[in-house]
Amino acid sequence: MKLYCLSGHPTLPCNVLKFKSTTIMLDCGLDMTSTLNFLPLPLVQSPRLSNLPGWSLKDGNAFLDKTELIDLSTVDVILISNYHCMMALPYITEHTGFTGTVYATEPTVQIGRLLMEELVNFIERVPKAQSASLWKNKDIQRLLPSPLKDAVEVSTWRRCYTMQEVNSALSKIQLVGYSQKIELFGAVQVTPLSSGYALGSSNWIIQSHYEKVSYVSGSSLLTTHPQPMDQASLKNSDVLVLTGLTQIPTANPDGMVGEFCSNLALTVRNGGNVLVPCYPSGVIYDLLECLYQYIDSAGLSNIPFYFISPVANSSLEFSQIFAEWLCHNKQTKVYLPEPPFPHAELIQTNKLKHYPSLHGDFSSDFRQPCVVFTGHPSLRFGDVVHFMELWGKSSLNTVIFTEPDFSYLEALAPYQPLAMKCIYCPIDTRLNFIQVSKLLKEVQPLHVVCPEQYTQPPPAQSHRMDLMIDCQPPAMSYRRAEVLALPFKRRYEKIEIMPELADSLVPMEIKPGISLATVSAVLHTKDNKHVLQPPPRPAQPAGGKKRKRGSDDIPDCKVLKPLLSGSIPVEQFVQALEKHGFSDIKVEDTAKGHIVLLQEAETLIQIEEDSTHIICDNDEMLRVRLRDLVLKFLQKF
Amino acid sequence: MDPECSQLLPALCAVLADPRQPVADDTCLEKLLDWFKTIADAGSSLLLLQENPCLVTLLCPVLKPQDLSPRVLAFLLRLAGILAAQEDCFQHLQQGDLLPRLFGEAGPLGGAAWTAPTVRSGWIQGLCSLTQHPSALCFLAHSGAVDTIFSLQGDSSLFVASAAGQLLVHILGLSMQAPAEGHPSLQPAHWPACAQKIVGHIEESLRATATPQVTQALNVLTTMFSHCHDPWTQVLWVHLSPLVACLLEKDPVPAAHSLVDLLLSVARSPVLSSSSCGLWDTLAQTLSRLRASQAGPLALGILKLQECPKALRAQAFAVLLQPLTCVLEATTQAPGLPGSSGPGLQCGVAAIGPVASSEACAGRGGDPTDGELPLAWPPGSVGGTADAPLTAGMLLPSKAACVGLLCQTLAHLELLQPLVSGAPACGGGGGAWPAPTLPLSQPQRPSPWPWAPLLSAAVTILRLCNGSATPTSDTGTHLCAFLAGCVRVQRAALDFLGTLSQGTGPQELVTQVFAILLEYLTSPDSSPTVLKKAFQATLQWLQSSPKPSGGGDLEPHAQLFLRELLPVLPKRLCSPCWDVRDSGLEFLTQTVRRWGGQAGFRHALLASEVPELTEQLLRDPESYVRASAVAAMGQLSSRGLHIIPASPGHPGAQQKSLLEELLHILSTDSEGFPRRAVMQVFTQWLRDSHADVAADTEHFVARVLRVASQDLDWEVRAQGLELALVFLEQTLGQPSSSCPYAMTPPAAAPPSLVAQALQPFCRVQLFDFAFRALFDCDRPVAQKSCDLLLFLRAKTASYSDQQGSSSGPDVASLEAALQRWQAGDQGQPLGDLEPEAVVAVLRSLDLEGLRGALAESSDHAEQSPLSLLQDMLATAGILGENEADCY
Repeated sequence: MKLYCLSGHPTLPCNVLKFKSTTIMLDCGLDMTSTLNFLPLPLVQSPRLSNLPGWSLKDGNAFLDKTELIDLSTVDVILISNYHCMMALPYITEHTGFTGTVYATEPTVQIGRLLMEELVNFIERVPKAQSASLWKNKDIQRLLPSPLKDAVEVSTWRRCYTMQEVNSALSKIQLVGYSQKIELFGAVQVTPLSSGYALGSSNWIIQSHYEKVSYVSGSSLLTTHPQPMDQASLKNSDVLVLTGLTQIPTANPDGMVGEFCSNLALTVRNGGNVLVPCYPSGVIYDLLECLYQYIDSAGLSNIPFYFISPVANSSLEFSQIFAEWLCHNKQTKVYLPEPPFPHAELIQTNKLKHYPSLHGDFSSDFRQPCVVFTGHPSLRFGDVVHFMELWGKSSLNTVIFTEPDFSYLEALAPYQPLAMKCIYCPIDTRLNFIQVSKLLKEVQPLHVVCPEQYTQPPPAQSHRMDLMIDCQPPAMSYRRAEVLALPFKRRYEKIEIMPELADSLVPMEIKPGISLATVSAVLHTKDNKHVLQPPPRPAQPAGGKKRKRGSDDIPDCKVLKPLLSGSIPVEQFVQALEKHGFSDIKVEDTAKGHIVLLQEAETLIQIEEDSTHIICDNDEMLRVRLRDLVLKFLQKF
Repeated sequence: MDPECSQLLPALCAVLADPRQPVADDTCLEKLLDWFKTIADAGSSLLLLQENPCLVTLLCPVLKPQDLSPRVLAFLLRLAGILAAQEDCFQHLQQGDLLPRLFGEAGPLGGAAWTAPTVRSGWIQGLCSLTQHPSALCFLAHSGAVDTIFSLQGDSSLFVASAAGQLLVHILGLSMQAPAEGHPSLQPAHWPACAQKIVGHIEESLRATATPQVTQALNVLTTMFSHCHDPWTQVLWVHLSPLVACLLEKDPVPAAHSLVDLLLSVARSPVLSSSSCGLWDTLAQTLSRLRASQAGPLALGILKLQECPKALRAQAFAVLLQPLTCVLEATTQAPGLPGSSGPGLQCGVAAIGPVASSEACAGRGGDPTDGELPLAWPPGSVGGTADAPLTAGMLLPSKAACVGLLCQTLAHLELLQPLVSGAPACGGGGGAWPAPTLPLSQPQRPSPWPWAPLLSAAVTILRLCNGSATPTSDTGTHLCAFLAGCVRVQRAALDFLGTLSQGTGPQELVTQVFAILLEYLTSPDSSPTVLKKAFQATLQWLQSSPKPSGGGDLEPHAQLFLRELLPVLPKRLCSPCWDVRDSGLEFLTQTVRRWGGQAGFRHALLASEVPELTEQLLRDPESYVRASAVAAMGQLSSRGLHIIPASPGHPGAQQKSLLEELLHILSTDSEGFPRRAVMQVFTQWLRDSHADVAADTEHFVARVLRVASQDLDWEVRAQGLELALVFLEQTLGQPSSSCPYAMTPPAAAPPSLVAQALQPFCRVQLFDFAFRALFDCDRPVAQKSCDLLLFLRAKTASYSDQQGSSSGPDVASLEAALQRWQAGDQGQPLGDLEPEAVVAVLRSLDLEGLRGALAESSDHAEQSPLSLLQDMLATAGILGENEADCY
C-alpha cells in the first residue's frame, strides 16, 4: 500500500493512494499562491499599474504543480473532500488521459462549479493582448527580479482552464451522499462522512474487508453552518491520513469574527468603506450571519452591504436549498418553513445586495459608506482589484482579510503605498492542534500520516510545541513528490465458499476449538471477488469422445495426497520397528529431534518436528515399508 | 410565655403529634425551636414543662416513631435536647424515663426512622443541646450513645458526619471541664472515663490505615483546637502529636488537607504557642513532605501566623514561590546548567529550597543565620538548582495539575501582598527573594517582598499564556503547551498582576507590565473575562504610577501607554460581545475620573473616536452597556470632554444635548440599570454644579424629580431622594447632624429667609416627591424620605417655632391628602404648596415614629411567636382564615 504525495501544500492536498488493485486520488487542490508573483488584472485600465517601472503586464495566471511521480491516466477514481480541494480537477481530467470517475457530494460539486466559474470569469473578462512564456526559460528567469527569480518549477505553471474544460471535468463526477457505500471494482469500498467544515465537505473511509484507511481533510468541530463532523465512523482505522488543518492555529475564529465586526463598525462609523476580499461561498455565510445579529446593535442598519461576484446570486440561493447538508439548527428552520440562513432576510430588507459585477446595476445603486464582499482574495483578479484602486488612497477605508489562503502583505504589495487601513483577521474553522489531539485520542488510529509541516512547530514559532501533532506512535510525515509505503501489510483476503462445496467439507478437530478440513476446489476470481467452487468431476474414462476443448478448461486433478498431522513417539516407533523385524536399532538425539539408525540396513530415519526423512540406499521396498510404519503414527485427513 | 401563645400551644402540639396532619414546613419548625430556645434561655425549662403539660405529651409519641414523619421526629429530639439542657428539667424528664427512650436504644435509633438523615441529625443536635451538665455525661456513658456517635462520624450524610464530629468535641470539652479544679492531669490516663474513651477512639483512628478514618480523627481535632483553648488541649496535643507525625511518614501522606487544617488550627491556638511541643518541627516536616498543591495552603497559613520562627517562614515562603521559580527558570537564559554550582548559585538554592530551610529549622532549633539566606537573586541568574526538577515534576504531569497549581499559587500570593509589610520595603530592585524578618505580633507579608521576581513571574506566565514567551528549556516548552490560551491562568495572573501594582521597582519591569497589558488589551484572542481583568489590572497600574515631581500631568511613561491604548479602546467599544463593550466603558469612566483634568490625556482622548462612540453606546441594545455608557458620558461631560459631534449622517438634524438625551433615557428606557445610572450622573452633576445644570438648577431638579417619581424601580426613586437632598443641602446648608458633638447649636436662620428658601422646593415640587416617597411601598425609599424630611424639619425649626402651629385651610387639605396617600390612594397630586403649610405638616407628622417603624425589619409584624403559632395552625386548617399569611 503506497501513498504518492503530489502536493506540498497541507491545506490543498493531492495524494494518490494505491490500495489493493485500485489507484485512488485523494483531492486535487490548486495552489494559487503563484499568482501573487503577477500584477493584478484590472477591470479598468489602470494607469498606475501599467506605469509601474520595469515589468509590465505579464501573461495570465499560472497554477498547478503536478509531478511526474505517477502516470495520472492510471488513476481509477478521484475522491473530493470539499470544494476548495477540487479546483485543479480540469487539469487532471482533461489533460492527462484520465478515464476514471470522480466522487463528490452534491453541494461540493455545485459550489465547486461556482468557484471555478468565478475564476474563469475573472480571468477571461480581461483578455490579454499578448502572452509571454519565454521568461520561463531558466536562463531568463534567473535575471528576473525577486521573488520571481526564486520561484520554483515555473514550467509547471499553467494557464487558467476554460469553462468548457470545467463543464467536461464536472461531467465526470458522480454524486454521493454521506455514509453511502461505494464499491470500487469489488476491491475496496469508499464512504464519504460529514467533516463539518463546509457545505457537503467530507472525509473519506477507504476500506477492504480487513483494512481501513481514513482520509481526513478539512474538518471542523466548531458549530458553524454545515452538518457536524462524523467522528465515530473514523474509529478502528489502520491508517489515518490527516490533512487540511487550520492554517492559522494561533487565531481563534471567535476572536477573529469579533475583530472583524469591531473594525467594520469603526470604519463605517467614520464614514469609511470596508472591503472584504473573499470567496463567494463558505465563511461569507457565517460572516453575514454574524453581521445580521450585529448591525442593529452597532447602529449600522443603514449601511448597505454589497456582495459582488459573477456567482453571488447562485451562491446565496444554493446555500438555502441544501438543507440536508446543514447543521441541525438550520435544518429545523426549513420545516417551519424559514430560510436556514438569515442572509435571506438581509436581502429582503435591502440591507444586502448582490451583483454579478461592477458594471450594470451596481454602479447606479452604489452608495457610500458601504461594505463590499468580493473576490478574489489574492487581490490579483476579480472586482476586488478595482475597489483596491478606488479606495486605497483614503485612510478612512479599510480592507479586512478573512481568507487565510494568501499572505495579506504579499497580496497588498502591488498596491503600495496604500493609505487605507488593512486588518488581517483570518477565519479558519478547520481543526486546530488541540482538537486534533482530542480527535486522535477518540478515534485511535494505528498510524497517522500527515504533511511534514504538521510534525514540527511553525518555523516562526519554533517554541510552540503545542502547534504540532502529538500522537503515539509518532505521525509519519510526507512531503511533496514523496512516495510513502504505508506501514502495514495486508495479511488476509476474504474468499467465499460455495454452499455445496462447504457442505462437502468434513472438519476434523485437531486441537480443542480448532478443526481442519482439506478443500479441493477451483478458485474463481472476478471483479476482485474470490469464490471457491466445487472442483469439476474427474474426466470420465469414456471422455475420449468429448471434444478436447472441454477438458482444457478443467485443471488437472491429481490424486490428492492426504495431509498428515501429529507427532511420532520415538520409543513406540522403535518398538514397532523391532516388531517388524528390524534389529540393531540405535537412537540418537539431535538438536531438532531424533535420528533412528538401522545399522544393518544402512538406513537413517531423521525425525524432526515438522518433517521425517528416510534415507536409504536405493532400496525402494525398504523405504516404502518404513514410510508406511511412520504413517501409522500420524493422522491423515 | 404569652398567655395567647399558651392557649394556642396545646392545639399545635396535637397537630404535631397527629401523623395524619400535614406538617408545616421546616422553617416553621426551626422558628418554633428558636422560640423554645429563647424561652428556655430566659427562664426555667422545668417551669415551662409544668405550665404546659402538652409538651410532655408531645414528646411521648416518639415512643412510636414509625407513626411520625422524620421532620417532626427530628424536631422532637431537638426540642427534648433544648429542654434537658437545664439539669433540673433533665432530671424531670429522666424520671419519666423519657430521655433513654428518646436517645437510647429504645428510641428511633436503629429503627426504620433512623434511615432518614434528618432524624440522625436531630438526634445529634438534641444530644448536643442536652450535654451541658455532669448528669448528661453520666447519661451518655450509660446509654452507650458515644459509640453511636463514633459510628455516625462516617455517616453517608455529610451534615450528620460533621455534626457527629462536633458533638464529640463538645462532649470531650465538657467532660474535661468536670475536674476543673486544679491543672489537668498530664497523663490522659488520669482523665475522666468519657474523655479517655473519646481520646482512645481518636488515637485508634489516627493509627488506622483507611484514609476516611484518619480524616475523621483529624477533623475532630481541628474543631477542638479551633474552639477550645483550655490548658488540657496542650496536654492532648503533646500526647497525640507523635501519632500525627507518624502520618507524615506514610507515602502519600493520608488526608493531607485535613492534616493541614489541623496543624494550622494547633498553630493558631493561643495555649499552644510555645515551641516546646515540637509544633514548628512538625510544620517544617509537613511542608517538605506534602505535594506542592497540598503544601500551598499550609505555607499560606504559616505565613499568616502571628508568631512563627523565621526559618519556618522562609521555608513556607519558598514553598509558595516554588512554582513561580520553576516558571521563571523555564523561560530565562540559565548561565548555570545542572551540575555546575558556583557559590552564588548555592546561595540561590538555599533561598528557594524547602529542604535546605527545613534542615536549618530542624537542626538549629529554628534559628538559622542570615548568612545562609540569599541577598541577591537577579532574575535571569537562576539555574541548576537542585529543586527545579522537583517542581517541574509537580507542574508538568498534566495540564490540569499545572493550571491548578499555578492558579492556587497566584491566589495565595495575592492574599499575602496586601498584608502589612514587615520592614521598610527594599523595593525589590535587586530582585531578591526575601530574607524573612523577625516575628512580630501582626501577620505580615514576608519581607523584603520579592516584588521584582514576582512581577517578572506574573508577566512570564501571561506571556506563556498568549504564546509570546520564549522557553529556554524542555520544561518551558511543556509549560508553553499547557498554558497557551488558558483562560483560568490568565485571569489569575492578571488579578495578581493588579495587586502587584502597589510596589515600586525597576522601570524596565514596569515597561514590561504595560507592554503585556497592552498585548492583552489589543489581542483579538483575549476572552471577555480576561479582557475585563486586563482592564482592571491596567487601571490599578495606571493609578499607582508615580506622579512626576512637577505635578500636573501623568507620568510620561503612563501617558505614552494611554496614548497607545486609546486607539484600542474604540475597537473594544465596537465589540460584538456586550461584556467587552461594558468593561471598556467602565475602564473609560475610571480613567476619565482620574485623569480627566490632565492636558495630555485630554488631548489624546479628544483626538480619538472614543467620546463619539461612547455617545452612540447610549443606544446599545444591552441594558448593562447603556448603563455604563451613561456613567461614562456623565463623566466625560463633567470633565468637558463631551463634544456634540457634527453628525455627518444627518447634517440637518438637531443634535440633542446630553442632558436631554439622558432625560430621555430616564423617562423611556425599559430597563432599570440605565435609569439608575442616569440618576447617579444627575446627582453627581448637581453636586459638581455641572454647567448644564447650573444654568437653571430649579428647572433641572423639577424635571428630574417629576420623571423619577413615576419610576417603577425603587432604586431610581431612592436616588431621586438623594438628588433632592443634595439640592436641599445646596440651598439650606449642610445638615446639622453632620457634627453631632458640636458645642454650639446651629444658628437658627431668620424666619423670613427660611420661607424664602423653601419657595424653590415648592416650585420644583420637591415636597410632592418626598411625601409620596414617605409612603412608598419600598422601605428604603420611605426611610430615605423620612431622613430627608427630618433634615428639612430641623432646618426650619426656628421658622415654625415663630409661626406657631398653623391650621390654615392649606394645612388641612394637605394633611387630608397625605392621609389618603398613606392609605394607598396616591392618585391625586398635592398641587401647589405654600412653605407655611409644608412646615406645619412637617411638625404635625410623627416622623420619628415613622422612622422607628421603618427601621424594624419588614417582617417584624409577622415574626412574633404568636403569629408563628397562628401560621402553623392555619396551615393545618385549625384556624380559619389566616390573615397573617402574606407570603
